[in-house]
Amino acid sequence: MGAYLDAAAGAPLHPVAREALLAALDDGWADPDRLYGASRRARLLLDAAREAVAEVLGTAPDTISFAANGTQALHAAVAGTLAGDRRAAGLVHSAVEHSAVLHAAEAHVAAGGVAAAVGVDRVARVDADEFAAACTAGVAAAALQAANHEVGTLQPVDEVAGRIAVPLVVDATHVLGHTDVPAGWSVLAADARMWGGPDVGVLAVRERTRWRSPFPSDEREFGRVPGVPNVPAVVAAAASLRAVEAERRELAQRHRAWIARIRDTVARTVPDVEVLGDPDGRLPHLVTFSCLYADGEALLTGLDRRAFAVSSGSSCTASTLEPSHVLVAIGALTSGNLRVSLHRGTTEAEIDEFLAALPDVVAEVRAELGAAGL
Amino acid sequence: MILDCRGRRCPLPILDLARHIGEVSVGELITVEADDPAARPDIAAWCRMRGHEYAGEVTADDGTPAYRVRRLH
Repeated sequence: MGAYLDAAAGAPLHPVAREALLAALDDGWADPDRLYGASRRARLLLDAAREAVAEVLGTAPDTISFAANGTQALHAAVAGTLAGDRRAAGLVHSAVEHSAVLHAAEAHVAAGGVAAAVGVDRVARVDADEFAAACTAGVAAAALQAANHEVGTLQPVDEVAGRIAVPLVVDATHVLGHTDVPAGWSVLAADARMWGGPDVGVLAVRERTRWRSPFPSDEREFGRVPGVPNVPAVVAAAASLRAVEAERRELAQRHRAWIARIRDTVARTVPDVEVLGDPDGRLPHLVTFSCLYADGEALLTGLDRRAFAVSSGSSCTASTLEPSHVLVAIGALTSGNLRVSLHRGTTEAEIDEFLAALPDVVAEVRAELGAAGL
Repeated sequence: MILDCRGRRCPLPILDLARHIGEVSVGELITVEADDPAARPDIAAWCRMRGHEYAGEVTADDGTPAYRVRRLH
């Protein structure tokens, strides 16, 4: 009984990643930039990892830098692209970007820059024409996620890329390892935790894209991320990505069918529920819904009691009293919100058990609130 | 009718609204004064899900947001 269904917060470590991590702790512990044997071994491992990630992204190895984690990569992607333009100070982003992008936008505004958010429709998708129209003179960079992290809707990245002249920063966090990565990025950020790797961020900057380090910089990682890279973690992240890519289509097909089943079943078995996000143009492994007259925290607690791990965009379930900005932007019910996300180890039996347990958990929470009959 | 939901965390304001909507006539307004930031999206969503009209937001004398709902059935 029970299951880990919060892969979009980080998938369990892939067995290939574990194996690569352990081997690289022995062989890749040294600083890769020194002139002795242990250093050369670390350098070889790091270079091979970079080539593997570059190949998956369809780009040259020297466009790839490794960061400590996905958040750091997103901050560097946004801030570095803005810093690359010494004249314009505008940033355009969707209203439903990950908070790391919004925090980078806030820091930019606090430092005297300008940021504008483009709204989304009911499924959390931006309109490509509207987004492109916002990229006027004075805009230095645009930021658009490949897929929304809360409701799974894919964004029209390539359509936007074809319509704008400024560099496009793409948050590929939830697509890499799960679905095709749109090619229209100028700068890309990703997070190895989403494909079963350890904490490693990926920052990719296309050739000829203006990008300048927003941090005090050194010569490491092509001057984009300062400090000695965590070679064993990077090796494990790359090994895992390669393994996940090899099984991606088959896995996505399975996940897509299960997610469709969850969408249908929840709508049928839980009264007063809103299933969110685009039913078709979406991530294969993630689904979100909101239950009327239920609070997210109580739902998480009730599910945790049955050993199910999911997440919630309701207020009071994170460190803030504010509901998720994504749910607010799409005009969804924010209370009773649950996000279910699958990983390669998820089984159909787990989906069955979750779907069997959910109506009872929701009914319990509603009964406790005295919502019966409302 | 005005419901005082100050200090009540979501989803309590929409539960209060659901309990009292039947006490105003069809076509009349009921106002929910609520300081939980989640009440804004949730009251609008409740109106959509329950087939009532969300008639916008005003401000109570003490600055608390007040959400107006028109009973439609």
